[in-house]
Amino acid sequence: MNHLLRELAPVSDGNWALLDTEARERLTPALGARKLVDFAGPRGWDHSATNLGRVTGVTGLLDGVGARQRRVLPLVELRVGFDIAREELEAGARGAEDVDLSSLDQAAQRIALAENVAVFHGWAAAGIVGIAEASPHSPIALSDDFASYPRHVAKAVELLLRTGISGPYGLALGPDGYTGVIETTEHGGYPLLSHLRHILEGPLVWAPGVRGAVVLSLRGGDFLFESGQDLSIGYDSHDETTVRLYLEESFSFRVATPEAAVALGEPAQAVTTQARRRVRTRVA
Amino acid sequence: MGFDQYHEPADELPEVTRTFARINASLTEEAEAIGWYEQRLALEKDPVAQAVMRNAQGEEFKHFSMNLEFLLRMSPVWREIARTVLFKEGDIVEHGEEAESAADAAEGEPSAPSGSFSGSGSLGIGSLRGRGL
Repeated sequence: MNHLLRELAPVSDGNWALLDTEARERLTPALGARKLVDFAGPRGWDHSATNLGRVTGVTGLLDGVGARQRRVLPLVELRVGFDIAREELEAGARGAEDVDLSSLDQAAQRIALAENVAVFHGWAAAGIVGIAEASPHSPIALSDDFASYPRHVAKAVELLLRTGISGPYGLALGPDGYTGVIETTEHGGYPLLSHLRHILEGPLVWAPGVRGAVVLSLRGGDFLFESGQDLSIGYDSHDETTVRLYLEESFSFRVATPEAAVALGEPAQAVTTQARRRVRTRVA
Repeated sequence: MGFDQYHEPADELPEVTRTFARINASLTEEAEAIGWYEQRLALEKDPVAQAVMRNAQGEEFKHFSMNLEFLLRMSPVWREIARTVLFKEGDIVEHGEEAESAADAAEGEPSAPSGSFSGSGSLGIGSLRGRGL
């Protein structure tokens, strides 16, 4: 038995399969970041840090003995709990097709959202710098008119090309932007989606948690997600009516090539991001 | 259509074990193809035909490696043993003996997937790179 303690849960093999399948189905569409960045691992629950290959100086222990300390990026653990009524699990065991797994569905959305936010916008408390905030390029302002998106995206791609960052490129869109792109056709009825794909030579990805949009290179080696324990369901506790479970993962994320992405945001957001970057530069 | 990869009645096997068996069968097929190309290349005189087959064999190397990585992710003990043997300089047999210790240390852990997608309890989602519209 491992740390997930699944064997202690009053959940049959068939119901575990039901829960795992449901979780996979709900997570896969929402894990937008994983569709665009390099994924390494899973390295296991006992993997605690990512090697950065860098050192910091430390005071010597003895005269004449040099000392340096390795720098690592610790993995973070994400966990979202959810409850399943035992009555529903019993129904599932009898072959019910409409088992209420809404709590699991919400947990899946929540943890996928957190992963996307950490990758694209960072998580300072965990030492993670996101793709959008790491980019040295000035954010490109998006207008409310979706028909103008090809112009903005082409500008971002041109900026990457000018920096020497090759494609193909991907586009991460928040839910509103994604819906707008899917619904919009340009003059002559040409789908906006097809036009954007033509510019990017890569996919458009629905990424809940992304503010505005992000264009990034998919050539590889630029954006590095390292998984410790990949997304899993574990057991917490139970009583007569309810089984309490959780979704959990551990990971680190780092940007190796900040210039390989361009953020696109609404004008106000673009200005804020620029201002924040100036502040950070000053602090550094 | 044959189902030779199943040694036990398929309808009694959990889904995760059937997946394991399918990829295992694919791994075997890729290894066979690599061997066949090696033999053909050893005899082929035409340089263009050689280049075509060498390219094809390269594909099989890739397929074999992807299958192997998938299986190693599904089986933590196998992964641990492989880690002790693969991509190391020196005596292969010695590394194999070291791997036995790794296997002993992992005794009691599931050697193959059980109850979930992998022995680690993971949902097995991993990379989704390239997906999207």
